[in-house]
Amino acid sequence: MACTAESVAAALRAAAGAVVAHRDELVRLDREIGDGDHGENLKRGFDALVSKLDAGVPASPSAVLRLAATTLISTVGGAAGPLYGTAFLRASTAVGDVAVLDGPGAAAALRSALDGVVARGKAEVGDKTMVDALTPAVVAAASVAAGGGGVAEVLEAAAEAAEQGAASTVPLVARKGRASYLGERSAGHLDPGARSTVLLLRALAGAAR
Amino acid sequence: MIGLVVVSHSERLAAGVAELAGQMAPSVAIVACGGDGAGGLGTDYAAVVEALAAADSGDGVVVLFDLGSARMVAEMAVEERAGAEGAGAAGAGEAASEGAVVGPVLVVDAPLVEGAVAAAVRAQGGASLAEVAAAAAEAAGAAGSGSAGPGMAGSAGAEAGSSLVPATGSPEHAGLPEHVGVPEEAVRAEFRLLNEVGLHARPAALVVRALDPLDASVVVRFGSAEADAKSVLALMGLGAPGGAPVEVVARGADAAEAVRRVRELAERRFDE
Repeated sequence: MACTAESVAAALRAAAGAVVAHRDELVRLDREIGDGDHGENLKRGFDALVSKLDAGVPASPSAVLRLAATTLISTVGGAAGPLYGTAFLRASTAVGDVAVLDGPGAAAALRSALDGVVARGKAEVGDKTMVDALTPAVVAAASVAAGGGGVAEVLEAAAEAAEQGAASTVPLVARKGRASYLGERSAGHLDPGARSTVLLLRALAGAAR
Repeated sequence: MIGLVVVSHSERLAAGVAELAGQMAPSVAIVACGGDGAGGLGTDYAAVVEALAAADSGDGVVVLFDLGSARMVAEMAVEERAGAEGAGAAGAGEAASEGAVVGPVLVVDAPLVEGAVAAAVRAQGGASLAEVAAAAAEAAGAAGSGSAGPGMAGSAGAEAGSSLVPATGSPEHAGLPEHVGVPEEAVRAEFRLLNEVGLHARPAALVVRALDPLDASVVVRFGSAEADAKSVLALMGLGAPGGAPVEVVARGADAAEAVRRVRELAERRFDE
């Protein structure tokens, strides 16, 4: 299936659906080690994004991703707004002026998204953040894309790797974000940002199949 | 004149910090930007973009923040102004780009209350963007010496930066006076603080504002402690009460004028 602007919009709608379905889980995870607003904040942002897509889908994959970025930046709040906003903005730039996204393009978009998140949040692997999920996702995506995989295969591999990366955050002591104020007490909990990264990638991958 | 933006998760915290800093810097545009825009705790990207525009006279703006994500939102808003994310990102912040004079912006990692007060007083004196940012960044050390009190040897700024890494793009520290000896050409004067409260916040702010335009490095000594006379927090940190004897030591081209100004303020009881 060709990954057009409409496909990207459909994938983002699927992501919004995942956020709604897992809102309470994200709220619970964030209450354990954060301020408890991650689920509601993301839901507000993706609800707003769906409304904008309902009003009209931009012409190119890049433009759709840019709409997601600007919407999330201005509606999500918290740390997730700037982080996911930056991720989508960088992805949009990386995708460039193509009408149809391919596997290498999707992998490059993920790479740029990760670079943006790292630049914005200054987190590294092991800090117990979404970077712990996104980094292995980027590596897996690049590998599959290099082997000739399409967008669906690339995103599937990314989601799978992100899942494992997110699981690795459980024993970690947070060094970035609100959870870092808890010190040792942050260990033993799944990082909500890493979890939401998995949910988004899974939804995007599912829509691309 | 440099403007200030206070970004906090709490609307009331931002407003309170702006109120406190504004008391000592009546001419400075200090814009409070707190809360999620819907009455709750959080940060509002669009509101920060608007606050930057409101605080900017064209000379520049220093942004102070409370917790991590407030910093991210602030930095993002600054990049948006600068167009660092590319022209296509303009849709996220059209409020900033409409015809206004756009000055440079620095997001400074500083203790929020002390940093805002120190930055506001320096801005009031007409200091540059780099100087105002440095005043905020150095507030951590100045506040630390204050808690040590006059019993400790002067250590204003000695611990500056030990626990706080300056934000990306924050300027070099302007350089506090050396504590090791004062050259012979220094101008000194000893006098008593004739006002009731001593070197409290408002008198300290008056001293800083009087000295700011001068080319002089000035310290005020009380007991065995000394403070940079261009730092309101360091002066307050001396804990010099009303009636206390202080020594003013100045170096530089305007040293004599600097000492004269401080002595005159003390003689006027700091206009109390």
